[in-house]
Amino acid sequence: MQNFADPFSLAFRLILSGDAELLTIVLLSLRVSLTAVFIAALIGMPLGAALAVGRFAGREAAIVLVNALMGLPPVVVGLCVYLLLSNAGPLGVLQLLYTPTAMIIAQVVLVTPIIAALSRQVVEDLNGEYAEQLRSLGVSRAASVPTLLWDGRFSLMTALLAGFGRAIAEVGAVIIVGGNINHVTRVMTTTIALETSKGNLALALALGIILVTIAICVNAAVGMLRGGARQVVHA
Amino acid sequence: MRDGQIYAGGAPALPGILPLLAEGLVFQAGGRRLIDIERLRIAAGGTTIVLGPNGAGKSLLLRLLHGLIAPDAGRLAWAGRPADAATRKLQAMVFQRPVLLRRSVAANIDYALKAHGEPRAERAARVAQALEHGGLAGMARQPARTLSGGEQQRLALVRALAVEPAVLFLDEPTASLDPAATAAIERLVSEAARNGTKIIMVTHDIGQARRLGDEVVFLHRGRVVEHSDATAFFQDPGSREARAFIAGELVL
Ligand SMILES: Nc1ncnc2c1ncn2[C@@H]1O[C@H](COP(=O)(O)OP(=O)(O)O)[C@@H](O)[C@H]1O
Ligand SMILES: [Mg+2]
Repeated sequence: MQNFADPFSLAFRLILSGDAELLTIVLLSLRVSLTAVFIAALIGMPLGAALAVGRFAGREAAIVLVNALMGLPPVVVGLCVYLLLSNAGPLGVLQLLYTPTAMIIAQVVLVTPIIAALSRQVVEDLNGEYAEQLRSLGVSRAASVPTLLWDGRFSLMTALLAGFGRAIAEVGAVIIVGGNINHVTRVMTTTIALETSKGNLALALALGIILVTIAICVNAAVGMLRGGARQVVHA
Repeated sequence: MRDGQIYAGGAPALPGILPLLAEGLVFQAGGRRLIDIERLRIAAGGTTIVLGPNGAGKSLLLRLLHGLIAPDAGRLAWAGRPADAATRKLQAMVFQRPVLLRRSVAANIDYALKAHGEPRAERAARVAQALEHGGLAGMARQPARTLSGGEQQRLALVRALAVEPAVLFLDEPTASLDPAATAAIERLVSEAARNGTKIIMVTHDIGQARRLGDEVVFLHRGRVVEHSDATAFFQDPGSREARAFIAGELVL
């Protein structure tokens, strides 16, 4: 039985030596999740803003739905995207299953409701304050959306970070649609799952340490944004 | 009243959107008639002060006249025509608590000019002019929300004036300001009035009403109880409520 401390020292050695395999996995994770958050932001922020300022039939129901979708279980998202992309599925011809693109798609599905729901809250609060002033300046409700998104930028950044935190840490969706193929679709979480079950604790731990560090940095960034926003906004 | 009067010293010719006529104006909520005005005619020229106790409906009236909320009944006419994009473009409003964008002082003014459709080439100069006008030139790049209360309201006021409105609505713009900041706002408002901007201003500060007002609309429980020349109003108010209000009694 190996010493419990051994995997730790091995893990740190992997990180400090800039191990190539480790680096590939971390970079793929970042590429997949950052791309997914970027695309989810392009969809989710205008969607959230539209839900916040729009007046259309079904708005209330749409808000309830988006809020509910925030809690989608990653494995279910993975399963649905799998069915969509598998050879028999409607998008099977694209041959995307087991590629990073498939993982990005799954994470976009996972993250868009989070960004949309949080953005709606941010924009709705801000609109409560701005609406009459903007109408007075001659800015219509539709035209006020970019203004509200820009002026809510600090709070919206926390929505993006929340989405990123969710994406980088989930394993259920990417393992189903990515397949955890070595050098192709292995990201931090799927590698941790696999290597732990194989008993290769050093690599798993090294990735775990990096993942936790990223999570802490994301949360610290959220905290700093809140503090910074308060200074600019409420001083 | 003083129809068609052009103010002495008024620089530009007044764009013809006045008089403003409200007829049968009703706004209700929760089964209560919060505004119930048979007829109110506000003519061009000078400063109209809307006076009345708290909860009389002064803010509601201003928002109705400016078109921010829709009445449940009644009509508004600007120079005989219903409100439209053109009449709206000639109005501006300053709120009791200034609503400043989360941007720099200069960007707040630029935003208003852009929303008003002013060409980009002209905006920088007009922003600088407005900042100068409001005594804010040294704070152009500062985030607007880091200004003091008085500076914030001054910014809101010069931002409203930057688009050169024919009619400026003000809702208790000095309610939470100290005397020095109040004086600065009053100076800008009377200067605008002298330059031909029609001022329609809510206050419950009788001193301010005396200093700035040419005529007074006295509102009580959503009704116009009195509408008269300022001098006449303060010397010899025609209604019991206005008399009590001027005397500093509690009018409920
Ligand atoms: N949207 C609304 N719904 C219900 N009541 C309102 C609404 N807006 C204002 N009121 C009520 O109408 C009355 C007049 O309000 P307001 O115009 O703000 O008074 P003030 O003369 O102090 O400015 C108050 O009793 C207020 O509570
Ligand atoms: Mg009020």
